[in-house]
Amino acid sequence: MEIINQIIDKNGLIFAFLLVGGIMLFAKLFSNKITNNRIPDVAIAILFGLGLAFFGEKKGLADIPLFSGLAILGGSMLRDFSVVATAMGADLNKIRQAGLAGVISLFVGVTISFILGVIIALNMGYSDAESLTTIGAGACTYIVGPITGSALGVSSDVIAISVATGVVKTILTTIITPLIAKLIKLDNPHSAVVFGGLIGTTSGVVAGLAATDVKLVPYGALTATFYTGLGCLLCPSIFYLLLKLII
Amino acid sequence: MKIYGVALLSACFLIGKLTGRFLGQVLNINSDIGGVGFAMFLLMVSSLYLRKKGWWAEESESGISFWSAMYIPIIVAMAASLNVKAAMTGGALALLAGLCATVAGLLLVPVISKIGNQSEKNQDGDN
Repeated sequence: MEIINQIIDKNGLIFAFLLVGGIMLFAKLFSNKITNNRIPDVAIAILFGLGLAFFGEKKGLADIPLFSGLAILGGSMLRDFSVVATAMGADLNKIRQAGLAGVISLFVGVTISFILGVIIALNMGYSDAESLTTIGAGACTYIVGPITGSALGVSSDVIAISVATGVVKTILTTIITPLIAKLIKLDNPHSAVVFGGLIGTTSGVVAGLAATDVKLVPYGALTATFYTGLGCLLCPSIFYLLLKLII
Repeated sequence: MKIYGVALLSACFLIGKLTGRFLGQVLNINSDIGGVGFAMFLLMVSSLYLRKKGWWAEESESGISFWSAMYIPIIVAMAASLNVKAAMTGGALALLAGLCATVAGLLLVPVISKIGNQSEKNQDGDN
């Protein structure tokens, strides 16, 4: 047992490949036999992954030393690397065509998320502009929240709430997107570009699109990648100053 | 050689990340702005260019398609290493704000998709 632990400990990433391969296989069988292919295997695998994350804390299942390789495989380096690789199959003309809609969706997405976050925080008892801005920023993505919060010098519990808000958004996007895709006509590159700009949480967007239609991933990822930057640009500056004027 | 493809991918990735980070520095925010997006553009443009020049072998492309296909397993690993407990402990405020922001974004997809969407007309008319 000791030897097995040692080997897995030293080869965490390799063990993660095996583990995820196992999850994918399980999801394939589950999708096939139990849901009769109605729920795509990718969606089941992602949901299963989210479920496993409950066994850990900050880094999900990867907090358990045996499974720490998952944090490398699912970390931002390999994630971004493979997302860039998907661009190989993307059609540059379709992106050019969706360019304007993509830019507009980015600004609308950041603004709407921020406003909704602020309104809900206001109703839940927060009244200072700094906390409100931080929670509004968290409704953009879980990276915009803490960056804005630390720029404005709010307390760590408010930052924690803003991170939690962003994580909720990521998880809900992952789960809801494949269910709602037909209803919102998310079935072509053009709407995928807009979707990426409106939702913005890169991990949620790519996971949601993967569960919907893998071919759409590069289009959504392309706009989503600008969202966090735009949020970090607008929230602690213009949005904060505007909010301060209003309150 | 497959490694040529992987090397091109890595070059685009690093230059893209560098551009995003540099842009963040210029705008005075401690974050990467669109690094992955720039990298994706670079990869599309450079592979198109190499293909035109005839310097692109299918073998090189398979080095990139491997990583492109690894994308879903990586997302599954990412899902398993998310801080799902934080999402719960943030309480009602985090849940409600996250839910509203997500749903509002999703519902706006068909509205904003109307902008500049000529693909249907093109397919009927021009082609």
